Amino acid sequence: MIHSLFLINSSGDIFLEKHWKSVVSRSVCDYFFEAQERATEAENVPPVIPTPHHYLLSVYRHKIFFVAVIQTEVPPLFVIEFLHRVVDTFQDYFGVCSEPVIKDNVVVVYEVLEEMLDNGFPLATESNILKELIKPPTILRTVVNTITGSTNVGDQLPTGQLSVVPWRRTGVKYTNNEAYFDVVEEIDAIIDKSGSTITAEIQGVIDACVKLTGMPDLTLSFMNPRLLDDVSFHPCVRFKRWESERILSFIPPDGNFRLLSYHVSAQNLVAIPVYVKHNISFRDSSSLGRFEITVGPKQTMGKTIEGVIVTSQMPKGVLNMSLSPSQGTHTFDPVTKMLSWDVGKINPQKLPSLKGTVSLQAGASRPDENPTINLQFKIQQLAISGLKVNRLDMYGEKYKPFKGIKYMTKAGKFQVRT
Amino acid sequence: MTDSKYFTTTKKGEIFELKAELNSDKKEKKKEAVKKVIASMTVGKDVSALFPDVVNCMQTDNLELKKLVYLYLMNYAKSQPDMAIMAVNTFVKDCEDPNPLIRALAVRTMGCIRVDKITEYLCEPLRKCLKDEDPYVRKTAAVCVAKLHDINAQLVEDQGFLDTLKDLISDSNPMVVANAVAALSEIAESHPSSNLLDLNPQSINKLLTALNECTEWGQIFILDCLANYTPKDDREAQSICERVTPRLSHANSAVVLSAVKVLMKFMEMLSKDLDYYGTLLKKLAPPLVTLLSAEPELQYVALRNINLIVQKRPEILKHEMKVFFVKYNDPIYVKLEKLDIMIRLASQANIAQVLAELKEYATEVDVDFVRKAVRAIGRCAIKVEQSAERCVSTLLDLIQTKVNYVVQEAIVVIKDIFRKYPNKYESVIATLCENLDSLDEPEARAAMIWIVGEYAERIDNADELLESFLEGFHDESTQVQLQLLTAIVKLFLKKPTETQELVQQVLSLATQDSDNPDLRDRGYIYWRLLSTDPVAAKEVVLAEKPLISEETDLIEPTLLDELICYIGTLASVYHKPPSAFVEGGRGVVHKSLPPRTASNESVESPETAPAGAPSNEQPDVIPTQGDLLGDLLNLDLGPPVSGPPLATSSVQMGAVDLLGGGLDSLMGDEPEGIGGPNFVAPPAAAVPANLGAPMGSGLSDLFDLTSGVGTLSGSYVAPKAVWLPAMKAKGLEISGTFTRQVGSISMDLQLTNKALQVMTDFAIQFNRNSFGLAPAAPLQVHAPLSPNQSVEISLPLNTVGSVMKMEPLNNLQVAVKNNIDVFYFSTLYPLHILFVEDGKMDRQMFLATWKDIPNENEAQFQIRDCPLNAEAVSSRLQSSNIFTVAKRNVEGQDMLYQSLKLTNGIWVLAELRIQPGNPNFTDLELSLKCRAPEVSQHVYQAYETILKN
Repeated sequence: MIHSLFLINSSGDIFLEKHWKSVVSRSVCDYFFEAQERATEAENVPPVIPTPHHYLLSVYRHKIFFVAVIQTEVPPLFVIEFLHRVVDTFQDYFGVCSEPVIKDNVVVVYEVLEEMLDNGFPLATESNILKELIKPPTILRTVVNTITGSTNVGDQLPTGQLSVVPWRRTGVKYTNNEAYFDVVEEIDAIIDKSGSTITAEIQGVIDACVKLTGMPDLTLSFMNPRLLDDVSFHPCVRFKRWESERILSFIPPDGNFRLLSYHVSAQNLVAIPVYVKHNISFRDSSSLGRFEITVGPKQTMGKTIEGVIVTSQMPKGVLNMSLSPSQGTHTFDPVTKMLSWDVGKINPQKLPSLKGTVSLQAGASRPDENPTINLQFKIQQLAISGLKVNRLDMYGEKYKPFKGIKYMTKAGKFQVRT
Repeated sequence: MTDSKYFTTTKKGEIFELKAELNSDKKEKKKEAVKKVIASMTVGKDVSALFPDVVNCMQTDNLELKKLVYLYLMNYAKSQPDMAIMAVNTFVKDCEDPNPLIRALAVRTMGCIRVDKITEYLCEPLRKCLKDEDPYVRKTAAVCVAKLHDINAQLVEDQGFLDTLKDLISDSNPMVVANAVAALSEIAESHPSSNLLDLNPQSINKLLTALNECTEWGQIFILDCLANYTPKDDREAQSICERVTPRLSHANSAVVLSAVKVLMKFMEMLSKDLDYYGTLLKKLAPPLVTLLSAEPELQYVALRNINLIVQKRPEILKHEMKVFFVKYNDPIYVKLEKLDIMIRLASQANIAQVLAELKEYATEVDVDFVRKAVRAIGRCAIKVEQSAERCVSTLLDLIQTKVNYVVQEAIVVIKDIFRKYPNKYESVIATLCENLDSLDEPEARAAMIWIVGEYAERIDNADELLESFLEGFHDESTQVQLQLLTAIVKLFLKKPTETQELVQQVLSLATQDSDNPDLRDRGYIYWRLLSTDPVAAKEVVLAEKPLISEETDLIEPTLLDELICYIGTLASVYHKPPSAFVEGGRGVVHKSLPPRTASNESVESPETAPAGAPSNEQPDVIPTQGDLLGDLLNLDLGPPVSGPPLATSSVQMGAVDLLGGGLDSLMGDEPEGIGGPNFVAPPAAAVPANLGAPMGSGLSDLFDLTSGVGTLSGSYVAPKAVWLPAMKAKGLEISGTFTRQVGSISMDLQLTNKALQVMTDFAIQFNRNSFGLAPAAPLQVHAPLSPNQSVEISLPLNTVGSVMKMEPLNNLQVAVKNNIDVFYFSTLYPLHILFVEDGKMDRQMFLATWKDIPNENEAQFQIRDCPLNAEAVSSRLQSSNIFTVAKRNVEGQDMLYQSLKLTNGIWVLAELRIQPGNPNFTDLELSLKCRAPEVSQHVYQAYETILKN
């Protein structure tokens, strides 16, 4: 199972190590550093690195490498999933997951890690349970602790750990009972030069924030459950019920959680809400090129597209760009060659555009790769797949909860080739 | 007020200061001090000197302080074992605490203290905790057994903890079950032989119940454990699959992949006609696609596994090509894997899309990725014939970009396309030649040289081109040198008049000025060939090459099957069996897919089995491990060498005038200018003194029919056995055996007259039998057989008699008549007399056939105590017409792939696993695959007879 964990920052310092079995010397990370050196970018460091006696599995999040050391045959996905869970837990505990924050809270981090694994076997990974065992630091609690001498370690057995619903703690009490659900869909798409869609798929999630007293039993039904044929559920969802009735029935965890994630890939179901018109040319003879892009709405179901940001990695040969946007602001970083244009809202009457010239390195040959345009945008109050929640009911408790459902569509990996 | 304050005091007296604080009377101060110690520990500072002071803080009611001290103990106990004993009492006391959290914490921490002396004290508390009333304590104790086993395996066995652990599999709490399974699996991994996870339908049922209720991690442990079980029949397999499929919708990708493993394995047992089989196939696709929208690290592992899955069952993802399209900001390791799978899924239906994508990728920034994309275009051309033309034109477009590495990569793949489709796309050669100068990588240069040599007759200035390479001959890499040598010899054979000087130059460069033995040897061989028999040389060097395969990198079917059992593990990421790389994996048990044990399926009978050549629907495959070019180079010299030149090796080998008359025949009517003086013979020492002699005697041996029974050549012949005792046949005793010599089968009989009268008028007849064996000539006993006299007769047999399936298959019923009576007896003939001489299958055919024959036809046997090495086995079997098609060394074991053909045209394919040099493992493992599985048993017996005698 998982032997050790090293946290390494992007400059290659090991700033935390935790061993769940015997101590593995940190020199094992040298193999990781080698791989890191070979990879041009941090993102390209291979996730599985073999060394003579160990295997290093790593994830790169928030500019930190989380490197797990294993010695025997362990499912790598198990390790990587666990590392993601560590990242999520840190974020949950400290708001952000960064090197300074981890260093500031090193003892809590250490205690949490100790609770998450025992001898490399996962012990408590649900944040509900962890928070009962080790209270997350808050300014108030730190002050109180110093005055009263109490601790941030709970001395009760976390009851949830043994119940059939380990994700929920008992004795939850709220004065305002509320349950909010966010249906968030991200469109991943590749659009080719001519504007036709090569691939498009929707990654959807339903995130919930449930603050309900007691042990509520919820059911959530959809207007069009047929859309959901590829779904992953939170363990709380009763799979049998879904199989037979297409209804989500569950006792929710307390607080924020992801109820389900789904995937819609049938091409005809994926509407593409924006288009990009582009005209980028690097002329052979002169050292100037032309650059023009226009963004416009396509299938938006009458909703406004906002938060549009266009980014593009220019070829190495580009020295500078002098561009003028019809709206928003743009920047070009001559070092990383990254062009970024913060467009904002798209007004269908007056389409935003960015025009100008590209100056190329004198004498250098024409760049042979065309820049790909990356698009970010948001559409409020719309699930692009058309998924709609029908109703939410609560059983098992007497009070009347406050319910709310929000829809949102975002660009995921939305790429336009030029 | 953050923890960073603990790092601030890094002055000289730090340890001293901490010591004082740890011994402070104030609780709060103590705790702060311990926190400082822990903080120092986490960043790797040595604070072991504070051990006694920290341990003193252990006796406390403060849970946080206690936990902190435990953290410290786990880290440093090993370096201070004597001190650690001090902590034992507290642990034992805590194990009795009314609070289960404290009990669990104590037993958990004790297990982490890797000190022998402590483990002794651990046993009693652990035993109690394993039977604790609180499941939380039990589940912690289960893991503790695994910890203890890691420290002292013997102790765990002696104390009977393993049995307790096994009992926990039936615990009422799913979490306890999951942890027990996890602990047992880990222990079992270090003891592969022990039968710890002894699964039966009852325990499987318990696991399946727990599967629904335990945590995601527990589900992974249980699923991985389930995957080791082999259901007894297809019904059980189906019911397990049904209960596992809901796991495919789990949010945890590791759960999903473990579930996929179980399903892929058990699916093997389901009949393809079953409706459920189709349903299951459909259910597998969406979760695999979903894995690809996860984080890149997860994607990578998923893609490596999908790579295996599409090779095993391409139908699952055949419609999902688009999800493997590459996004420009995917990490490089994801890009490369996606590309690989794209090619595997490429088919006529989607090739246009794939090519458009590949062309797009070829203009990206990342050099490695671009190269692989170009290579992929070539692989598409070879895989999908209809697309070849389009691929070639795409490659030409790419060559026009003049981007150096794109051009080089394109030329390498175009060479492969030429190999696959000869005489089809040679019109592009001119374009290729234009780019000659820009080639600076050995592989591209070698490919270009190969093209020039291969098509020398169509390239007007081929000699100039090759000459230009020759100038810097010694600076080239070996790959290029070898290729250049071959290319120039090809050129010479095609255009002998103009290129004579060139060939001499290259031969002398290769043989005299090079210290590379491969190059020298090849140089000498060509030289010798050219000088002795140019016609033969032509046949050898310009021999028709076998077409190359469409997939050069398919994983071998047996390895693939094994890897399918390891889906989701490191083995699946590396595409190697765990024994090949996992530390301490000595004697790892080989996993294999379960055979299909359908209760109602009828077995193919030999009569209905398609006799003769195996069907050719499967792709032809050459399993080249290295690069294709190496293969090409070898092929030039490969099979033909043993052919024509030996047959015509009548030419005398003189020291001088090596090229003499031979070349004349090649040159026809242009006698002048070639020959003797210009061609200096290679140093005699390097030439094998007499090629002809040993071969000749070998041949004569081979044809020596008279040498009779038991000579070196021919199949193994068993000693004669008594078939018909005298008592039963009124004094006639018949003993005999079967032989096979150079294609003819005979029955060697010894007839003995034990009666008192003379015997005459012998005749013999066979009943119909499985292989149509019949006497080819009448039984001729020339003189009457007097009493107490015996005669030896060899009766030639053929296999054109009438056929009837016998039981056992190799049963032969014989009737012998003489002047006294007719006698009947039956005997079993060894199957190897039916193995024909042309039973060697070529490698492509072998692979295709192996894949084609359904797995349920595979039979496995063990040949015990056979301490032979691969060569000995191979040659011994070859003399009985069992031919070795290929040999590989996998993880220190030799794998022989063999083929044989029976007289009725049934092919039998075999895989023989040998562990050479291991005196403890003299058993050979034999897997046989045949369309008529009934013969397997007899083929196995034949193997055993041949190898043991």
